[in-house]
Amino acid sequence: MYSQGLIGADGSTDESQDFLDRFQARIDAEEKIEPTDAMPEGYRRTLVRQIGQHAHSEIVGMLPEGNWITRAPTLRRKAALLAKVQDEGGHGLYLYSAAETLGVSREEMTEELHSGKAKYSSIFNYPTLSWADIGTIGWLVDGAAIMNQIPLCRCSFGPYARAMIRVCKEESFHQRQGYEIVMTLARGTPEQKAMAQDSLNRWWWPALMMFGPHDADSEHSDQSMKWKIKRFSNDELRQKFIDATVPQAEFLGLTVPDADCKWNEEKGGYDHGPIDWSEFWRVVKGGGVMNRDRIRDRKAAWEKGEWVRDAALAHAEKRRARKMAAE
Amino acid sequence: MALYQAILELADDNLVLGHRVSEWCGHAPLLEEDLAMPNMALDLIGTARTLYDYAGKLEGKGQSEDDMAYLRDEREYRNCLLVERRNDDFAHTMLRQLYFAAFMKPFWDAAANSSDEVIRGVAGKAVKEMAYHIRHAGEWVIRLGDGTEESAARMKDAVQALAMYVDELFVSSAAAAEAEAAGILPKRADMRPAFDAVINHIFAEAMLTTPEVAYPQTGGRDGLHGEDLGHMLSVMQALYRAHPGASW
Ligand SMILES: [Fe+2]
Ligand SMILES: [Fe+2]
Repeated sequence: MYSQGLIGADGSTDESQDFLDRFQARIDAEEKIEPTDAMPEGYRRTLVRQIGQHAHSEIVGMLPEGNWITRAPTLRRKAALLAKVQDEGGHGLYLYSAAETLGVSREEMTEELHSGKAKYSSIFNYPTLSWADIGTIGWLVDGAAIMNQIPLCRCSFGPYARAMIRVCKEESFHQRQGYEIVMTLARGTPEQKAMAQDSLNRWWWPALMMFGPHDADSEHSDQSMKWKIKRFSNDELRQKFIDATVPQAEFLGLTVPDADCKWNEEKGGYDHGPIDWSEFWRVVKGGGVMNRDRIRDRKAAWEKGEWVRDAALAHAEKRRARKMAAE
Repeated sequence: MALYQAILELADDNLVLGHRVSEWCGHAPLLEEDLAMPNMALDLIGTARTLYDYAGKLEGKGQSEDDMAYLRDEREYRNCLLVERRNDDFAHTMLRQLYFAAFMKPFWDAAANSSDEVIRGVAGKAVKEMAYHIRHAGEWVIRLGDGTEESAARMKDAVQALAMYVDELFVSSAAAAEAEAAGILPKRADMRPAFDAVINHIFAEAMLTTPEVAYPQTGGRDGLHGEDLGHMLSVMQALYRAHPGASW
């Protein structure tokens, strides 16, 4: 899973104009930038921040879905959910490695997540309250992630682009699997159908917010677009998502919770009602129902695991010493 | 009916342990373990599913794998006590995994010669998985046993807590004994030398010793469990039971 438009990146940079021009020329020629290449500090900082946020989102995203592993309603669903949550952890690992090529360690990034300095996708500050949420997350949240990530496969930074190619394949599998869960519920008993509709009602707007503020209010987009870290604006991606998703909901006999959601023949896409940005900022700034619990759980896992990590280091050290002594 | 019962015992072992391991997902001490835990859980749950499916067919009353997993109560669960022990800390979890895999690896090895085709099929896949579980859990037992003072103490605690559940692995229920006599399942007691060889080797490196067990704990095959299992089942079964007859 991936976060929306980057929260709070600082692309400012103070290299010479000549250096920046040469760098921009490489970007414009669609050359991939590799970790050992010279790059503007602002470019490096933006990427560390974005890849870090992305990695954290994968890791924190394991929690709301993990919340239903022990309660999955069939063994087949339990196995599929385990595999999905494991995939997300794999994405996190892969992304931390990509960020590490830019000179920041996984430990540093983890500390920043726990201290609240680093952000993660706000969508995971919403709770999973029913089994239907597991389907809806796959359908909408992984679906939105794909919209965001497909353009990232062409990101100018090589390691990130390559990570995204692999990740996107798995995300689209998650999206189909989630949709299939919702479809099963929508065609199930009246209780199951109600469960699916309630879930869509709760996740629809947060999913739209995943693409970030409207273009007119998005502070850091211009520089990211110029550096080809980002290729489409927040509103463009959101529109693509709505256009793809509304017919899917209709097909299931479910209704998106937006009275203003209507097909607009002229623009060839759906119109939507106003997004409640005060809700978005409330949750981004820590006011969602699960913000504190997510960080609490990640910190608890990390702190409770400290003795395990220490033991692994100590054991490796002992081994090394014994081997040296034997030689 | 005896074979049905014997298969159910095996399936329950795998499901209960798989469920326990899955409880770690997202909460492991390091990200690599957040990936390894679901891996092991998936192996175990996969084996359980095949076995439940087979048991359902043997029983012939049209029970699905889910009916068997989700509709039986504690007294009807036939797993051994080791697998239902709660996760406690990482040392307990890894030791429980090692004990189980050190038993199941030679068991599935021998089951490759079963007279039963389904069992041979399960064995072929499970034996490789159990070898991996021994490697993974065994490496952790060694790291923790020979790591820091704290990890060594925790590892010793885990051995103290779990060693008393080992003997039950080698005891065959009446149903299992029938399946063994028919050449369908290997004799549980025969796994002892292979089990001891693995455990002794790993314990030596981990600087652990197998304690004298005054009172080995048994009863799982008769549905006589500790209290933790009921809580595990109530979490696992709640949703399925709340919607009788629904498809998921
Ligand atoms: Fe992901
Ligand atoms: Fe995903």
